Amino acid sequence: MRKTSVRVLVIFFAFCFSASPCFGEALDAFEGQKGTIKIAGGTAHIPVMKEAAKRIMTRYKGIVITVGGGGSGVGIKQVGEGLVDIGNSGRAPRPEEIEPYDLKMFKWAIDGVAVVVHPANPVKSLTKDRLKEIFSEKIDNWKALGGADHAITVYTRDEASGTREVFWEKALDKDLISKKALFIPSNGAMKTAVANDPYAIGYVSVGHMDPSVAPVTLDGVTPTIETVANGQYKVSRGLYSNTRGEPKGLTKLFIDYLFTAEGQQIVVDNGFISVK
Amino acid sequence: MRFSRENIARNVFFLCTIAGAVVISSILLFMIALGLPLFKESSFFSVWTGPWDPYQGLYGILPMIIGTLWIALPATVLALPLSLGTAFVITILGGSRLRKILGVLVRFMTGIPTVVYGFVGIFLLVPLIREGFGGAGMCVLAASIVLAILISPTMILFFSDSLLAVNPVDVQAAKALGADRVQRLLYVILPKAFGGMTSGFILAMGRALGDTLIALMLAGNAIRAPRGVLEPARTLTAHIALVKAADFNSLEFRSIFACGIALYLFTTTAVVAVRFMDYKRSVVQ
Repeated sequence: MRKTSVRVLVIFFAFCFSASPCFGEALDAFEGQKGTIKIAGGTAHIPVMKEAAKRIMTRYKGIVITVGGGGSGVGIKQVGEGLVDIGNSGRAPRPEEIEPYDLKMFKWAIDGVAVVVHPANPVKSLTKDRLKEIFSEKIDNWKALGGADHAITVYTRDEASGTREVFWEKALDKDLISKKALFIPSNGAMKTAVANDPYAIGYVSVGHMDPSVAPVTLDGVTPTIETVANGQYKVSRGLYSNTRGEPKGLTKLFIDYLFTAEGQQIVVDNGFISVK
Repeated sequence: MRFSRENIARNVFFLCTIAGAVVISSILLFMIALGLPLFKESSFFSVWTGPWDPYQGLYGILPMIIGTLWIALPATVLALPLSLGTAFVITILGGSRLRKILGVLVRFMTGIPTVVYGFVGIFLLVPLIREGFGGAGMCVLAASIVLAILISPTMILFFSDSLLAVNPVDVQAAKALGADRVQRLLYVILPKAFGGMTSGFILAMGRALGDTLIALMLAGNAIRAPRGVLEPARTLTAHIALVKAADFNSLEFRSIFACGIALYLFTTTAVVAVRFMDYKRSVVQ
């Protein structure tokens, strides 16, 4: 269902902007091409995928690109099973995932995973140890951290999430996540959940952050594009697009496009860090 | 025996029935077969009775079974009086205009996509519960309330149909004896329609047990069994939706089949209960 709605959105935007003049030379590679590209997986990737798809489909009517979500696990599984042409993941696929399907991975952006709270929450700085105590429920009231006297609501992501995996490994050092934590199935939904809950703590892709949620400074480093790019903020990961075997035809053109100057500009415009 | 058209038709339909039955029973066998590695790895018993904690190697689905019941049962209990009242008004108590409007409204409600209810729940109900009752807002209560609204149209339509199916001769007789509308409803129509209404109730409960999206969006999906209506819970269906992306060969993924079997059993029990009651009714009459 999520997939269809994204698909509808993509097509909708394609029509809305069909008069926009911003065509780069990078798109010339698609000249004369026809066909479809099916994309699914990591939810952090979606804004970039949609923008790239929009630009390509606006200029070349014969090309249809559908962008679905599902999470990194879904992306890897679906591309492996041949259900989609490109499976996105917010973590590098594991060897046992790469091998049976002969996956080829393409890392086209770097992204951080930021701890976020509601903007009205006075607690905007935590140490890693405090963070672990919050997520393992050893601290369960904001009062203990200088906030309101209200229980902390811990939000986490589903098992398919690459964001969750990176956060769990690099921010929590594989420590416990409370069994009371609420599970949210995408980056977008996580942002909505935290933006609507004054007592929430959660984590989202840095590229997805906007003023509706407030980033939390972790061990003195605020997660921003700059701190992720220069390596000060450690909870970061690559954004990958995976194909089964070497990409061919349209799929190859699409992945090549992500690595052109124009493609990397889309990456930067969406709050991620270019790999160039 | 001659090859008559009727014979051919009968055989074709018989084959269809067989095919349907085979598909349905093979689904169960399939789930058992695919779930086998899980039952072997952690004992068959612990899958149904243990906690869920994949990092500790625990793959029990008991919290999800409890979560499903915690959400589905209050939802049906909430929906019952609501649907009973509405069905009474639609069929007997309301004026002709009110009946028509309500009828159209209920039919319209059945057509609203589940996700719309979910969104309304997230943006209106969840903050209300968080501010009013405390807790995280995403909890059993939020999911149950929305689920109750979701299954009410099913119940209402079933209730109204059974109420209308009562033989008008009986109603006329009661009318002739001077029974007013409420008396006719309570003493004549309701007892006669009871069987059909029970079926509607159980089917609606089946729908509540099987619904995925509402629980996924509103119940919070925490992996601990809820201990109260303000605690988050994860249903079997939401669990399947959340875990389906794990590795095909991992035990996490295999737990999907255990959930499937549990849901299968829930539904089967509901259907058997309906059939049994139908049977008993036909024997009595």
